[in-house]
Amino acid sequence: MNLSRRDFTKIGSKIVIGAASGPVIIDALVKKARALEISPLRDYDWNEHFWGYVVDTTKCIGCGRCANACKLENEVPFDEPVYRTWVERYRVLKEGEAVIDSPNGSIDGFTDDIPEDEINKAFYVPKICNHCENPPCVQVCPVGATYTTNDGVVLVDYEYCIGCRYCIQACPYGARYYNNEKGTADKCTWCYHRITRGLLPACVKACPVGARKFGDLKDTESEVNKILDRERINVHKPELGTKPKVYYIGLDRVVR
Amino acid sequence: MMENLVWGYIYPNEAEIQWSILIVLYPYITGLVAGAFIASSLYHVFGNKDIKPVARFALLTAFAFLCVAMLPLLAHLGNPQRALSIMFTPHLSSAMSGFGYIFSFYFIVVVLEIWLAFRVDIVNAALNSRGWKELLYSALALFSYDISEKALEADEKLGRKLAIIGIPSAAFLHGYVGFIFGGIKANPWWSSSLMPIIFLMSAIVSGIALLILLYLVVMRIKKHPINHKTLYSLAHYLWVFLIVAVVLEMLEIISIKYEALEEIEIIEHLLAEKIAFTFYGIQLTMGALIPFILLLLVGVIKNRDKLKVAMVAISSMFILIGVFAMRWNVVIGGQEISKSLAGTMTYVPVFFHHEGVLPAIIILIIPFIILRVVTYILPPWKDMMEENEEVAVSSE
Repeated sequence: MNLSRRDFTKIGSKIVIGAASGPVIIDALVKKARALEISPLRDYDWNEHFWGYVVDTTKCIGCGRCANACKLENEVPFDEPVYRTWVERYRVLKEGEAVIDSPNGSIDGFTDDIPEDEINKAFYVPKICNHCENPPCVQVCPVGATYTTNDGVVLVDYEYCIGCRYCIQACPYGARYYNNEKGTADKCTWCYHRITRGLLPACVKACPVGARKFGDLKDTESEVNKILDRERINVHKPELGTKPKVYYIGLDRVVR
Repeated sequence: MMENLVWGYIYPNEAEIQWSILIVLYPYITGLVAGAFIASSLYHVFGNKDIKPVARFALLTAFAFLCVAMLPLLAHLGNPQRALSIMFTPHLSSAMSGFGYIFSFYFIVVVLEIWLAFRVDIVNAALNSRGWKELLYSALALFSYDISEKALEADEKLGRKLAIIGIPSAAFLHGYVGFIFGGIKANPWWSSSLMPIIFLMSAIVSGIALLILLYLVVMRIKKHPINHKTLYSLAHYLWVFLIVAVVLEMLEIISIKYEALEEIEIIEHLLAEKIAFTFYGIQLTMGALIPFILLLLVGVIKNRDKLKVAMVAISSMFILIGVFAMRWNVVIGGQEISKSLAGTMTYVPVFFHHEGVLPAIIILIIPFIILRVVTYILPPWKDMMEENEEVAVSSE
């Protein structure tokens, strides 16, 4: 093939320009797609919803897929001991003592380290931010960087949080953690970017046995409302007056 | 390594202790400020003439420590550049949001009070010096040189009023620090309405102890005999406030143990396994029991001044260490119990880290440098020595 010097320069510069601009264009497209994904739907009205969460502890099998899905969905670092949701295992021994554990927040599952014949009963309890109606974390934030949305979700404004960690101290459930990268507090958002687009939180979606349910408390026909109407439910540490919105079926008295 | 640091079950997010040694330092320093200030008001407000020799020095000490009170917090924040949001957009339901305002208000009160207390000296220095010194003192005098009797009387009235405002604000500054912990219902080791008053009383104790030690050091450097009346008067207040502080601390523990609520098991574990040494050993024995006995003896023994001065000095030193241990036991102890009430963590201080031991030491040294500079500009030594000579003369 004969190439004139002119053609060579032409093709060459096209390749160079293409190689240089290609990633920029692709990056811009990805960014746009991501922005679309995380910004709420334009027709979402937060006054029309009030979210609630139900955990059926009798169904949970402790597979830890929820905790794993959460870290993937919300880019929570896998190599740090920080979790937006986790599963606890309770084993009440025959001698009466309750052994509790949640290795790596249950992400890698559990191992049998106590012989079966020593265990009286055992069960799993998934944990997540309770998005309290009376949240102590919101109360103590000195700058108002953490707040409750109109649809009942407790969020952190990462652009405003000063990183004093008072909210982490104030949460009775250990649901908050410190985000080393951002220098701010961080926590479960009930996948706010998903629920405002009509999707389920990642942990609910990932649960293979339907132990986690999520829905609109303002919708009388929603599954969570039906459960609340029908079942005997409890919440964690009700005596603290935080009014959690994560409701539990089959919550045992040894659960902390 | 993690395994040894954790006992029982802790929530997975609790593996990291959030408030480090710097947050131990913060209530310690504000306590010293409040204590030194209240010691100075023993003369300025309550007119105890025995305290007069150290009254102005106490104000300067309060100022020196007040200057660094913010530092441990700033060094601790994840986003210190946003710190001022706490002033511009305070979230008023937060116990912490008042900090900026209370701190600033108190700072102004202390500076004004120092200015009034030293105004005559400043004006005289301005009138009797030349060059940059004249400029410095004239500026400090705000270019107002009226030290007529009438003006001084007005000064004194204003000074008294300020000191009267100063006491509740000092009490508020530190009582409020106690509320930051006492208002946290999630933590049974913190949640207590006694916390503010416990913090305040131990603050007064630590402030007086610091003042005594500084006084003894200054007199030694200046090679001047100690005014025993002043020293014993301070020691007497130290003893009284120590009793109040320890009674309250005991009351807190006794109520927890007697009521024996859900959290009793984990708190007993905390006291027996985690902070036994710093609580029973340092806070209570070294920081309270021994000084209590020594100071009691100082009040009882006649003559033998050399021994008594040594006993006061040792008590003050032990109290300063004991109050630091008390802050440690509250701040770190409270974080070492899991909110699951089923386990404990261990705080391991690091040395070279922005929240480590090194910055804590630096922050503790800075106030002494500030105090040296401030006492160079505004020397309070005159009162400390003049009175002394009078006493010396009268006793001969």
